[in-house]
Amino acid sequence: MKKTMLRKPKGFVDVYVHKAGAEKDRTHYCPGCGHGILHKLIAEAMEDLDIVDDTILISPVGCSVFAYYYFDTGNFQAAHGRAPAVATATSRANPNKVVISYQGDGDLAAIGGNNIVQAANRGENIVVFFVNNAIYGMTGGQMAPTTLEGQVTTTTPYGRNVDTDGYPMRMCEVISQLTAPTYVERVSLHDAPHIRKTRAAVRKALQNAKERKGFQFVEVLSTCPSGWKMDPVKSMEWVKEKMLPLYPLGVYRDKGDEARVITRPVPVMDPAEVWKKLGISAEADVDFPRGDVADEYKKMSIRVAGFGGQGIMVTGQALASVALEYGYNVSWLPSYGPEMRGGTANCSVNIQDGTIGAAEAVKPTMLLAMNRPSLEKFEKTIVPGGTLIYNSTLIDIEPVRKDIKIFPVPITGIADDKLGNIRVQSLVNIGAYAAITGMFKVEDVVKLLPKLFKGKKQSIIDLNAKAVKAGFDYVKENF
Amino acid sequence: MARMLMKGNYAAVYGAAMAGCTAYYGYPITPASEVAESAAALFPKLGRTFVQAESEVAAINMVYGSAGSGQRVMTGSSGPGISLKMEGISYCAGAALPCVIVDIMRGGPGLGNIGPEQSDYNQVVKGGGHGNYRNIVLAPNSCQEMCDYTMLAFELADKYRTPVFVLTDGVIGQMMESVTIPEPVKELPDKSDYAVFGTPLNKNLVNSIYIDHDDLEEWNMVLHRKYQVIKEKEVMYEEYMMDDAEIVLVGYGSVSRVLRTVVDDARAKGIKMGLFRPITLFPFPANEIEAFPERGIKHVLTVELSTGQLVDDVNLALAGVIKSDLYFRLGGNVPSADEISDKISELYGEEK
Repeated sequence: MKKTMLRKPKGFVDVYVHKAGAEKDRTHYCPGCGHGILHKLIAEAMEDLDIVDDTILISPVGCSVFAYYYFDTGNFQAAHGRAPAVATATSRANPNKVVISYQGDGDLAAIGGNNIVQAANRGENIVVFFVNNAIYGMTGGQMAPTTLEGQVTTTTPYGRNVDTDGYPMRMCEVISQLTAPTYVERVSLHDAPHIRKTRAAVRKALQNAKERKGFQFVEVLSTCPSGWKMDPVKSMEWVKEKMLPLYPLGVYRDKGDEARVITRPVPVMDPAEVWKKLGISAEADVDFPRGDVADEYKKMSIRVAGFGGQGIMVTGQALASVALEYGYNVSWLPSYGPEMRGGTANCSVNIQDGTIGAAEAVKPTMLLAMNRPSLEKFEKTIVPGGTLIYNSTLIDIEPVRKDIKIFPVPITGIADDKLGNIRVQSLVNIGAYAAITGMFKVEDVVKLLPKLFKGKKQSIIDLNAKAVKAGFDYVKENF
Repeated sequence: MARMLMKGNYAAVYGAAMAGCTAYYGYPITPASEVAESAAALFPKLGRTFVQAESEVAAINMVYGSAGSGQRVMTGSSGPGISLKMEGISYCAGAALPCVIVDIMRGGPGLGNIGPEQSDYNQVVKGGGHGNYRNIVLAPNSCQEMCDYTMLAFELADKYRTPVFVLTDGVIGQMMESVTIPEPVKELPDKSDYAVFGTPLNKNLVNSIYIDHDDLEEWNMVLHRKYQVIKEKEVMYEEYMMDDAEIVLVGYGSVSRVLRTVVDDARAKGIKMGLFRPITLFPFPANEIEAFPERGIKHVLTVELSTGQLVDDVNLALAGVIKSDLYFRLGGNVPSADEISDKISELYGEEK
């Protein structure tokens, strides 16, 4: 590996053009701040690894909100705590690029605590540089999740009280509990030997990222002289004396050669290929020729109602699916409201030419009642001259309306006794509907069964074909 | 065959897939979960990205990352989830990133319920998050429109580099209708002027921070002018039986379908009634509504599943020239056609 020294590394831009104000040749960081050191280590490593042009850096909210001023990479500025979420999508969109989520302690461990844990758990192909300086710097020195016990900040003016403020959070320990992360290490910037170790950790993480080896997490103990109200030298000593005992340095996870290389699929964008993959045929839709349908059945608004488990929804969907193939406009709407939890179910189906208005069959032209509560509830809603089909196997009362056409059909009986399977009631319904309205032909419905019961066994399809015919025949023979 | 029976929630995702959307980031919430579920089913077949995010907040920030990377990207949610996404949507608007958000509205406030309401109108149509921004808002009223307008949403999002909402409610999301799948787009727009790719020639910055006051004012004016152009050019609405109408009903989404039935019933009785359906809620068809009086319209009744959010925009446009009325239902209740007809009789009498 090359060694870059004594000049501005190529990972930085020459002039900080994005920086507001006049001083476009120096950073916005305070004297003695650790960010500048870490920035330089990253910029050098990017140059030496030859990834400057293949890197996308996510700047967080916090002191490093302006990291994008400096790095000669693709740059994002992210919302507070969300850099790992932004990095996730950026990495998914650019699977062969090095994506860096650069975050401070408030950003990563407080407001974005869940985002970092979840990105780590997904093993996103990103590098996280986590600067832990035990304080909120940018907002003026408030308590961070990593603030030490007893440490005075502007929001812990009497020192952090663990009984009310909780304990300092050790993020390397948290992240290394997860299975997915590839490399987790805590390093420090408090003296030259440790800066050299940090340099090595930065390079290792970026090298892993270049090889697309999943989630890399480097926690860097850093100084904040302004926030801590100390001079830079004292700050270095404070890290050594106060932070190191609480935040032990070292490697918490290194999968080494075991680390998997993350690959992502290439999106299919070719139009013909897109349709093919989704099973959409480019062939024109051919409608079944329509039979003779009486005028009263040309615009159908149907309520199908019964117990849950009686195939109410399936009946409705089958009506709509079959009608669709004759070129009708159709709609199917499941029931809303309290009854959906009460064991009864209902749905509305509209079948007509032209635009369908209200989707709910408030005043149905046909009611298909599969049980007594449904008949009692909905009989009165049928439009005058409308049609009632009711399940005479289970309904032991007579309908009261005299101004509608009534077809008692032993739907459950046909399914259960004649066909031996109560689950085919839905297609018995379709057969009865076809016989009454003349809208569907039995052979057309049978042709559609493989599509309606996609993935089901042939014996199921055959049984449902019998059910359609049985429903149809019953109506033809009895009315 | 390109014609299928499907739910509105699914149709939106088919529209997205045909529009060349390459990534979906979402979080489950009823009644919008099927949007995520259908993306989870379809997108892997196309080698495209589906991630179930850890939160609504994460999902919208993933959308930000994806949009900033130049992808067509979508998320979907419902009321409480949309509320959570607002900060991220503001960031997308502030960074001028195109994205599509499907909102299948449910009952609120708070946890409310999962029945259909239209009570996200204000938070979606007026911006919603912090700062001066607007979303383009499309309001489909059928499953076919869920597909078509989601596809259109991607075009508008890229044309104006702005978040676009597809706003509807649980009725349209959960109902099934025949949908003819449109042909997939052949070409996607070039985004190399702003998107971040991480290549030697591309050092773009996706950002919404402008420290200097003048800089931020200037950027806000750029956005402001963009919204004026959108207002001029992108208004969409549908009129039904409006030519000689004296009573006009105004409503969008599932309500507009009930209103269509109301109009049909009224016309059968010889009542001169029409329906005006805003399709874009921002930009709002204000000029068209402002012109109602000169078209001889005497009464305007807005019907919505909220306590008067849409009607505020109707009244702004009418500017008090003709009196406007409001009828609404809440909590997951959708008014029936008869219920609305009765209200109309009560308000305007039988003489109409």
